[in-house]
Amino acid sequence: MTMTVSQQIIMIAVVVLGTMATRFLPFLIFPPGRPTPEYVKYLGRVLPAAAIGLLVVYSLKDVNVLAGSRGLPELVAVAAVVWLHLWKKNMFLSIAAGTVLYMILIRL
Amino acid sequence: MNETSLDARREKGEMNDHAATGAGAAFRSAFPVTVPILAGFMFLGIAYGVFMNVSGFGAGWTFLMSLLIFAGSMEFVAVGLLLGAFNPLGALLLTLMVNARHLFYGLSMLEKYKGTGWKKPYLIFGMCDESFSINYAAKIPEGIDRGWYMFFVTLLNHAYWVAGATIGGLLGSFVAFDLKGLEFVMTALFVVIFMEQWMKQKVHDSALLGIGISVLSLIVFGADKFIVPAMIAILAVLTLTRKGMERKTAAAGEGGERA
Repeated sequence: MTMTVSQQIIMIAVVVLGTMATRFLPFLIFPPGRPTPEYVKYLGRVLPAAAIGLLVVYSLKDVNVLAGSRGLPELVAVAAVVWLHLWKKNMFLSIAAGTVLYMILIRL
Repeated sequence: MNETSLDARREKGEMNDHAATGAGAAFRSAFPVTVPILAGFMFLGIAYGVFMNVSGFGAGWTFLMSLLIFAGSMEFVAVGLLLGAFNPLGALLLTLMVNARHLFYGLSMLEKYKGTGWKKPYLIFGMCDESFSINYAAKIPEGIDRGWYMFFVTLLNHAYWVAGATIGGLLGSFVAFDLKGLEFVMTALFVVIFMEQWMKQKVHDSALLGIGISVLSLIVFGADKFIVPAMIAILAVLTLTRKGMERKTAAAGEGGERA
């Protein structure tokens, strides 16, 4: 290892600081006591849907559609989750069944 | 519209008189929602702990890092940083880039985390992908204190992650059981939350935009670099189409959804 322990602690502190900056910044810039600008309120209304969409893509970002199983297990399992959730609307069932199906598919 | 004084009072915790009595009930209704995270974080946490172990870091380091950073993917990245050269500025920039998506979560939760008193700093500290998406989409039952509910969602997720990571760190390479694929539980969770949002909203432009731009950015910039360009593009499109979007959501009667 090239770093000393204190250097490693500094590196970890920096990562903590950076992570916390991304989480606290909006709350520090727009404190509850002062009126939030209309533009930011608008973003607060429309951003969540886009952010969760981004999150779906983010959780599938390492799927390679050009090699290996070509993302077929992911496609089938996501489709199963969507279908089950439309049908039963039971969050836990959709997640559990989709995950078990995925674990089976990647072993075939 | 005199919300400000009310919020100020809530901020000081003056409206939390019944909070202590509601904690137990909030815990009981929050726990079931976090069960998928229990499965996912145990798996990913153990994987992270094992990775730390084989990279030469003991369980103590793993425990501290999982406790203090609490951002799954960044902690995997941090292992690489610790094994490389001492470069705090580079580490800071990389962290800001990997975690930039939290800025969106913060903007989305400005209203929801209002009035949670002393719990608010912890709610923000623990706002990982999973805590954000669950707390954002939560259908908190009538009579349940939402501050305590969101607090327990965050705390439980945090505890699962630290526990999984520490177990992995202690077991190290002895872990042999085959749980490959269990990480899909996170994808399934995000898909379900996406659908719940979809069914609740009458206007789907923003949801479609989030998926479409992210996929496009992923194709253009690749898995390691797509998030920041995707965020910038999403912000740009939402800003440029604001007038039309406001009109559409107002017409669909969603304006006061989160009042």
